Amino acid sequence: MSGGSAYSAVPRWIYLVAGAGALFILIPLAAVVLRVNWGQFIPLITSESSQSALLLSLQTSAASTALCVLFGVPMALVLARSSFPGQRILRALVLLPLVLPPVVGGIALLYTFGRQGLLGGSLDVIGVDIAFSTAAVIIAQTFVALPFLVLSLEGAIRSAGNRYEAVASMLGARPTTVLRRVTLPLVLPGLVSGAVLSFARALGEFGATLTFAGSLEGVTRTLPLEIYLQRETDPDAAVALSLVLVVVAVLVVGVAHRVQDGRRIP
Amino acid sequence: MASIRAFGRAAAVVVLLTGTASCGAPQEDNSTTAGRLSGTLTVFAAASLTDTFTQIAEEFEARHPDASVQLSFAGSSDLVTQITAGAPADVFASADTSNMDKLIEAGLVLGAPVDFATNTLMIAVPAGNPAGVTSLEDLVDPANKVVICAPQVPCGTATVKVEQAAGVDISAVSEESSVTDVLGKVTSGEADAGLVYVTDVSAASDAVEGIAFDESAEAVNTYPLAPVVDGNTDLAEAFIELVTGEGGQTILAAAGFGPPSP
Repeated sequence: MSGGSAYSAVPRWIYLVAGAGALFILIPLAAVVLRVNWGQFIPLITSESSQSALLLSLQTSAASTALCVLFGVPMALVLARSSFPGQRILRALVLLPLVLPPVVGGIALLYTFGRQGLLGGSLDVIGVDIAFSTAAVIIAQTFVALPFLVLSLEGAIRSAGNRYEAVASMLGARPTTVLRRVTLPLVLPGLVSGAVLSFARALGEFGATLTFAGSLEGVTRTLPLEIYLQRETDPDAAVALSLVLVVVAVLVVGVAHRVQDGRRIP
Repeated sequence: MASIRAFGRAAAVVVLLTGTASCGAPQEDNSTTAGRLSGTLTVFAAASLTDTFTQIAEEFEARHPDASVQLSFAGSSDLVTQITAGAPADVFASADTSNMDKLIEAGLVLGAPVDFATNTLMIAVPAGNPAGVTSLEDLVDPANKVVICAPQVPCGTATVKVEQAAGVDISAVSEESSVTDVLGKVTSGEADAGLVYVTDVSAASDAVEGIAFDESAEAVNTYPLAPVVDGNTDLAEAFIELVTGEGGQTILAAAGFGPPSP
């Protein structure tokens, strides 16, 4: 674990505090597991409303992850590889959804894509109505998840350096070929883990969806919204669904780590 | 100072996780001397009572200068969960009887709850009524974007009753988990209409227009309140007296609440 070095610079008391911090994360997760009504677990998570919420969550998260990759890769490339005035401010602004309360994101989206919003009128003209549609859920998820992809991919691009790109270019490869044959394969682990993180963030999206998209079974009611609603009348169902979300999140984070550890760039 | 204390408290929770330590609020001295009430009264009230109970609390503090009122507003079921988990409440005011019943079942209500107000549903439309909604029948038309409460929450239960009484099936584009979310969708103009409480329409003033309908009488929501076990009983009784008395009733009526059903 110590990476071959015999000297451990970490004082013993640090372990104690670190342990308390770890328990702080782990005990609430254990508390969820302990509260699950195991006798009813399968019926609770396979009810029609639960299944449609889980399915909708997986579909919308996959769609928003695809959008994150589509827009996030060019954004990360621009931020990592070029320099222009105001770049640092732009980066800070683009990463804002990371720290913004999701409900604020929802309000911002409402006043952008909503019927009375900045772009709502133009969308209405071309016959696109986003209000209360699954598209609204995907927009909300993409908004909050995009910075995760940009951030992790930009880091990967920077740490990969540009030696190979320079060589490829010298050998006559055009910029698009360099990007496709050299840059992207080099940063693929970073891209995959960024996409997985975006997926996880999209899966957990709640505040922006609630504010912006509404809540209707099979259309806009994702798993977090279903949990929030079930909590009102059926705490057992809410706990069971919470566990499902915890398990999915653990799997997703596990996959992201595997990718990063297994394919680290030398 | 307060934030430093809160930080310390949160850190203590982290460190003492494995222990049984709980960081409750400091206990106020609940002394009552010869009719003069003093101390702090903590009132847990349904979110729909935010405006009215804030006013009633001010009135209470004006009448009892040595006493102060702390208000905590949230959805009724959230409040029941919090009180059951040991949150320090002296009075609980619920937006429906079923949540009060939950607290009674938990053995945390002192005596019998008193009904102090009623609320009925109303159609809310954005200012100017862009979709031209005039009646409950218009909410059946799928061309209108209608937002209602999900059946799991009190306002949704009332909505179902109204639908049954009127023999209509509302085609909703969204079933929200709180009446505030329904109102939000209407005030922002996202929805053409929504079913909310009469009091929500009065509170939103110019942003929405209200349309009354006869069937609303089929789903009257009753608001009960009661002292909580182990709370400051003297202050709690005095507060309940104010809410049910003329002072409180005037404030509630001004906000659109109906009188408690006899």
